[in-house]
Amino acid sequence: MSEQSLYEQLGGEAAVNAAVDIFYRKVLSDDRISAFFEDVDMEKQAAKQKAFLTMAFGGPHNYTGLDMRRGHAHLVARGLNDSHVDAVIEDLGATLRELGVNEELIAQVAAIAESTRNDVLDR
Amino acid sequence: MTTIRYANDKFELEPNESVLECLTNRGVPVPFSCRSGVCQTCMMRATGGKPPETSQQGLKDSLKLQNYFLACVCYPDTDLEVALPDDDDIQAVIPATVLSLKLLNADIMHVELECHAPIDYRAGQFINLFQNQALGRSYSLASVPHEDDHLHLHVRRLPQGRVSGWIHGELRPGQTVEIRGPGGDCFYIPGNSEQGLILIGTGSGLAPLYGIIRDALSQGHSGPIHLFHGSRDLNGLYLSGELQDLVKKYSNFNYVPCLSGDGVCHGFASGRADEVAFKQISDLKNWRIFLCGHPEMVKTAKRKAFLAGASMKDIYADAFNVSQSS
Repeated sequence: MSEQSLYEQLGGEAAVNAAVDIFYRKVLSDDRISAFFEDVDMEKQAAKQKAFLTMAFGGPHNYTGLDMRRGHAHLVARGLNDSHVDAVIEDLGATLRELGVNEELIAQVAAIAESTRNDVLDR
Repeated sequence: MTTIRYANDKFELEPNESVLECLTNRGVPVPFSCRSGVCQTCMMRATGGKPPETSQQGLKDSLKLQNYFLACVCYPDTDLEVALPDDDDIQAVIPATVLSLKLLNADIMHVELECHAPIDYRAGQFINLFQNQALGRSYSLASVPHEDDHLHLHVRRLPQGRVSGWIHGELRPGQTVEIRGPGGDCFYIPGNSEQGLILIGTGSGLAPLYGIIRDALSQGHSGPIHLFHGSRDLNGLYLSGELQDLVKKYSNFNYVPCLSGDGVCHGFASGRADEVAFKQISDLKNWRIFLCGHPEMVKTAKRKAFLAGASMKDIYADAFNVSQSS
């Protein structure tokens, strides 16, 4: 039995750092969602991706449901829907697989990401 | 008690209060999001005092060196004077005398300035040059602090450009102008000297790159350094002689002039500078990339470089946006 938190099992901040470029590349190359990232400052976006990964990895964060709603409202207005959230969670899983993370942990990360779905989609 | 100065206000930091909390609790509109030191939304700059190292984690090295920090995880035990990154007035205006003006090609003027007060800058940063109090433009520095005695700018004359037109048409050696700066985070950081560098510039985007290259070489950078300078036709290229001299002097430096217009000339690559670069070097993993010049080129090349394997923290960019009022 491991008493380590999910974040610790994944490798903490170092794991987030290893994942962020891979994840962001997948998102940018994913035709289902890349349009949402067309005109954003890549540097700022990479930092946001890092904050998202930290949260999804079970790491320290202070995001509230309201933050999620505010942060995505402009995208919901542009048509952000369930299929796009699905795509992001898929890309997240693929990133972790590429880094050699086992399926059980990937499922836990996906569950955390899943828990933000309604807030992200503002419903 | 630690004091935080922002604009004309002075705030006492409460125990266990972050700079972000201190400022937002007192009505300063600092943007923020994650409050965990990750998303970088609340990035600020210390214009006086040194921010704690823990408040700079995850920031690009060029930002750390300029005392940028994340306000939400900043718990300083010494006084700080802080500004938002967009605050324009955080630097003093310095008078500078025009020493020489020399055309580099039909459109680009080499401007040499002698500052009346010392200015601490890094090759590749920019300054703002003012025609009058209300009218100023940003120009990149092509000079290198420990190599050149004065500041060097490459000013391209823009159609209907008010400041560039004035510099080309009316400014004379001996005149005094006002400048402010430096700014920008597109510069060479010593260390990792075996890393390969790729520099891509269009037009007068060569100015910062010329400074960065000479800075890197003089600091003993030993990895390969590839410069791709692009223009539509031959007339747009400049400093070719100086760059060829550097090629002769440094075996690790390579200069590729690129022409995107019709007609291929011997000794020049055909195509846009970024396309030529990414065709010649397709796997960008572990390369350090510098992109300067046309905003569309910078934007496209940044994305391409990242997708081709360059790490976000290794991509330095300076887009030359043309002011709406020209």
